[in-house]
Amino acid sequence: MEEILKRLDERFYVREKKQQRPNLLFVTVDKKVAVEAVTYLRDYEGFRHLVMISAVDYIEQNLFQLTYLLHNYQLHSDIGVRVFIDREHPVMDSIHHLWAAAQVYQREIKEMFGIDFPGSPRVDEPMILEGWDNIPPMRKDFDTKKYAEETYFPREGRFTLDPIKQMEKKNYPLEAEVKYEIKRVVRDNRDKK
Amino acid sequence: MDDKEIKIDPLKQDENNLGFNPADYFCGERPKAVTPVANKIVRKFYNWAQANSLWILAFGTGCGSIELPPLYTARYDVSRFGIFPRPTPRQAGVFIISGYLSVKTLKRVIRSYEQMQNPKFVLGLGSCTVNGGMYFDSYNTINRLDYYLPVDVYIAGCMPRPEALIAGFNELKRLIKEGKAEGANKYADNFDWYKANQKKIIKDWDLPEYNW
Repeated sequence: MEEILKRLDERFYVREKKQQRPNLLFVTVDKKVAVEAVTYLRDYEGFRHLVMISAVDYIEQNLFQLTYLLHNYQLHSDIGVRVFIDREHPVMDSIHHLWAAAQVYQREIKEMFGIDFPGSPRVDEPMILEGWDNIPPMRKDFDTKKYAEETYFPREGRFTLDPIKQMEKKNYPLEAEVKYEIKRVVRDNRDKK
Repeated sequence: MDDKEIKIDPLKQDENNLGFNPADYFCGERPKAVTPVANKIVRKFYNWAQANSLWILAFGTGCGSIELPPLYTARYDVSRFGIFPRPTPRQAGVFIISGYLSVKTLKRVIRSYEQMQNPKFVLGLGSCTVNGGMYFDSYNTINRLDYYLPVDVYIAGCMPRPEALIAGFNELKRLIKEGKAEGANKYADNFDWYKANQKKIIKDWDLPEYNW
């Protein structure tokens, strides 16, 4: 893995690296060279299997992170190629010409995060969310609970019975009320800041 | 023929005048409530016969459908009770909504349910059909099944075991024998309300109003 990382760094300038296990390495490369780096790993280093493409929404940094996880059958090792793309213009180059299976991942990411992959087959067609007219549901600024309550007729009377809280309220009603009121105030003010 | 691609939208009148008439394929008629037979002895006989031949539509919507194979096979052998899986909605009488139901599946479920012949019954299996279960805050699964389809019997649990399912069938049989399993009639009577609820969440509605 050390030599692979060295060769990769020489060609494509690895911005960040993280060796999670002896056989699992994560590298961060620039968006411009990401597809080239993935192609190089596939064709020259033997990472022939695309395990998955995943996306993370880093709303605080205004970035999306894509991870291409590749597997090498000879070395029994994985490399995750990470790319950061701008959240305002979420467009990434498609890799469906390298693995046909990438089409499905890219369709799903397009649907769930709104990251576009121009040229990927059927990427604009709905896959799971037929007729979705809101912002993509896996983005952090999408309030899932609020949407579900507005759309799906929630049934009245959902509540939890936590045994500890229940017994506290039963045996020490006054103390429990004060305790949970203090907890509530602390929690509300912590989130405000 | 030239290479021109001809697209036919089955719900619209044909613009190219190719001889396609939607009325030949889809009936505009609304469902009608079936009044029970007036004669008490005949009615009881009908109900008894219906209760003893419940044919399930083999349509698994969620994780609950994994409870159905043990139900049919040797261990729980539900055919003892006259319950029997059928492959098409035209031959089936009981629709088991087995677990969570996503919006995409709901579209297919409505279509299958409306294609079933009377008498037809709906069994809601699992907590997800009652109040959403653990998917109550999901963006894509419905919370209450009875807003979209008339449910005769709920079986609570996550997941209910096949014994619970058999108990649910016994409850359904009891209701049918007493003449109280009126789900299909309820659907016909409150048809507009059900359609409005369905159309609220299925945003790309491309079905006919009623699938005969």
